[in-house]
Amino acid sequence: MRELITAGKGERLFLLGNEAIVRGALESSVAFVSAYPGTPSSEIIDTFYELRKEAGLRVEYAVNEKVSVETAAAAAISGIRSLVAMKHVGLNVAADAFMTLAYVGVRAGMVIVSADDPSLHSSQNEQDNRFYARMALVPLLEPATPQEAYSMTKAAFKLSEKFSVPCLLRTTTRVSHTRGVVMFESKPAEIKPATGLFKKDPMKYVVVPMVGRQLRLKLLDKWKAMEEESSGSELNFVEGDGSWGIVTSGVSYLYVLDALEELELIGKVKVAKLGMTSPFPSGFIGGFLEEVNKLLVVEELEPYIEEHVRGVAHKVGWKGVVCGKDVIPRAFELNVPIVKRAIARSFDVNVGEKKIFAVPELPARPPNLCPGCPHRATYYSVKKVFGDDAIYPTDIGCYTLGLLPPLKMADFLICMGSSVSTAGGFSVVQDKPVVAFIGDSTFFHAGIPGLINAVANDHRILLVVLDNSTTAMTGHQPHPGVSMTKEGRCEPKVPLENVIGACRVKKLEVVNPLNVRRAIKTFEVLRQELIDEPGVYVVVSRSPCPLLERRVTRKKQMVYFVVDDSCDGCGRCIDELACPAFVREDGLVSINRLLCIGCTVCAQICDSIKPVKIKKK
Amino acid sequence: MDDMVRVFCVGVGGQGVLLASRLIGETALLEGLRVSMSEVHGMAQRGGVVETSVVLGKRYSPVLSDGEADIMLAFEPLEALRGISRCHSESVIVVNSVPIPPFTVTQGGQVYPEIEEIEKHLKDLVSKTFMLDALRLARDAGSERSLNVVMVGIVAGMGCLPLKKDSFFQTIKKLLPPNLVEVNIKSFDLGYVVGRELTG
Repeated sequence: MRELITAGKGERLFLLGNEAIVRGALESSVAFVSAYPGTPSSEIIDTFYELRKEAGLRVEYAVNEKVSVETAAAAAISGIRSLVAMKHVGLNVAADAFMTLAYVGVRAGMVIVSADDPSLHSSQNEQDNRFYARMALVPLLEPATPQEAYSMTKAAFKLSEKFSVPCLLRTTTRVSHTRGVVMFESKPAEIKPATGLFKKDPMKYVVVPMVGRQLRLKLLDKWKAMEEESSGSELNFVEGDGSWGIVTSGVSYLYVLDALEELELIGKVKVAKLGMTSPFPSGFIGGFLEEVNKLLVVEELEPYIEEHVRGVAHKVGWKGVVCGKDVIPRAFELNVPIVKRAIARSFDVNVGEKKIFAVPELPARPPNLCPGCPHRATYYSVKKVFGDDAIYPTDIGCYTLGLLPPLKMADFLICMGSSVSTAGGFSVVQDKPVVAFIGDSTFFHAGIPGLINAVANDHRILLVVLDNSTTAMTGHQPHPGVSMTKEGRCEPKVPLENVIGACRVKKLEVVNPLNVRRAIKTFEVLRQELIDEPGVYVVVSRSPCPLLERRVTRKKQMVYFVVDDSCDGCGRCIDELACPAFVREDGLVSINRLLCIGCTVCAQICDSIKPVKIKKK
Repeated sequence: MDDMVRVFCVGVGGQGVLLASRLIGETALLEGLRVSMSEVHGMAQRGGVVETSVVLGKRYSPVLSDGEADIMLAFEPLEALRGISRCHSESVIVVNSVPIPPFTVTQGGQVYPEIEEIEKHLKDLVSKTFMLDALRLARDAGSERSLNVVMVGIVAGMGCLPLKKDSFFQTIKKLLPPNLVEVNIKSFDLGYVVGRELTG
């Protein structure tokens, strides 16, 4: 991705929205970047990290989004432009810092990228983070394309510095993960070594109530100025002609354009495209209302724009009709057919239904834990010992896929770190054993307070930390406890055992899940101890992610496994382990040689499975 | 649809669907066409379905809904059938005939439809359906992993894309590591020849 640094003015690249943001930030002399990975934002931190040396900037993988905002805020307050990026739920984690940072403000520009996920492609909810800008009283930009992601990143830094507040840049999956042509307006700025300066000013930076009250009033003044900026911003513009109006933002704008094209309404409808939506550009919309007599708001998720538009309409005494969530769905992403139908309904236009081919009922192809994934082995052993009787709070990561049958080792999940704390809650209000699963990265992110809380409040749980030495699902990013990164083996900076031990749990065991007999024995002993001496027990189930290990060590696979002819077709391997490499055929089971990575677990649970050495070429 | 071409690519994680669509997209950029592409990341490694779309010309949004795909490049037969609703009667479908049964079939007792039935179902709805063993072509070129490039070669050879062969070669050189360029050029070429034959 070196071209993000080297490509000059006028050059055009085919970039992901996320990559375009990186280039926009580089052109803005960003010098400090911090993020916790999260789909659909992860490419931002990963790309910055890859370019850090050449671009001369400080890039940090943060333990969670709250600390990323805090560290970046310190940089911005010291005059160093900073950027943080997160998925939408990450802003929930960062909200405490974010809300009061708006009071304190920044000196150099600080951009907070929130990559939302309508349709929950890879998230536990689909919240509309535009409301965060409204609540914190900061500016918000909504790019619709990778080109806009690039240019609005630059605009965001300028806005942030103009008003001395962080600026929110809000994308969605269909902007962050869309690849489009981006033309660069200038060369990336010269890299200046970090020469920050913190000017002491406790009456501005230490927010005790007396200070907070002053800052609150200052922020409200700024808000007024920002409202004027928004209403006059070039990022909000009108195209087209006619007495019908559509107000839209983000990727929905593209659906509107395509829909108008198909309905042959291009040039017959005025489209107000909003790029800066916080503060809401009331003046701009007030002017727009004078030009139209019917209006449709096309936006994904909540009626954020719509409610503002209705407010403006009421204020200026507009007599026209506003359509919005009555014809546009509130749940999930939009697309051209949905927007087309909504436009047709709102403006009473013929839509001409297309014939759609029905899809027959077909076998599903859901994602699954990889063949050889150590999490599968851990789940197998825990299930052997605790069965279906225990409650299994789980957490967010690859291992959440353990919820799939036949493993079915997940019972409750709401957010990062919820496994530990909900486990504790379950353990004190009912009598079934409680075994919680959390990943290594998730543990550092949000599991530690829950664990300390469990010890302090005498909860009775077994916490299994699934340690595959990486943040796998999002692309193998590192965390403080890893002993392996994409760059090679390393010493953990903050070993898991040290942290867990310091929490004074009753017992900490470390097991290798690929050694099934040992693992089962360990869990059996702990199951009894949980009964005899209730308290907080922790097992670190440690084995590196095979995908990462293979890539880093380049170790060649030595064996694969086959089912010999003593197989009686009992199917226990599939019912209890369900490695995707198993194939049930003609009443017997075989192993797909191409999928088997040779983890040995299946051979440990069935005598009919034998290793075959891979001959060296 | 002369002013736009909407390509829907679908396959199983690991088949290189993303690279195939990127190959089309970057080639379009090279020729100065308007182009954009949608991808959904994350589940590919875990054996799930991977869908991407590339739109060229007068289409702003790259996400394709039902009936919006002018071309469907399907790397796997079951996924071709699952993707049929994206197509319309004038679509061109190129589908690789080699199945990758999901674990719901290999273990879960579900039944993978007969390949001939899949082909018939597709052809009944979309007359311009071409099913072939593209994996064999990739093997002939020297690497099964270049299946994705073979598929793009086929649809390029059929003349369905307003893009020149040479431009594709340039993009292959740009996107692939130097040691893989030769085999992928070969794969594209083999696919291109087959594509030419398909449309006569």
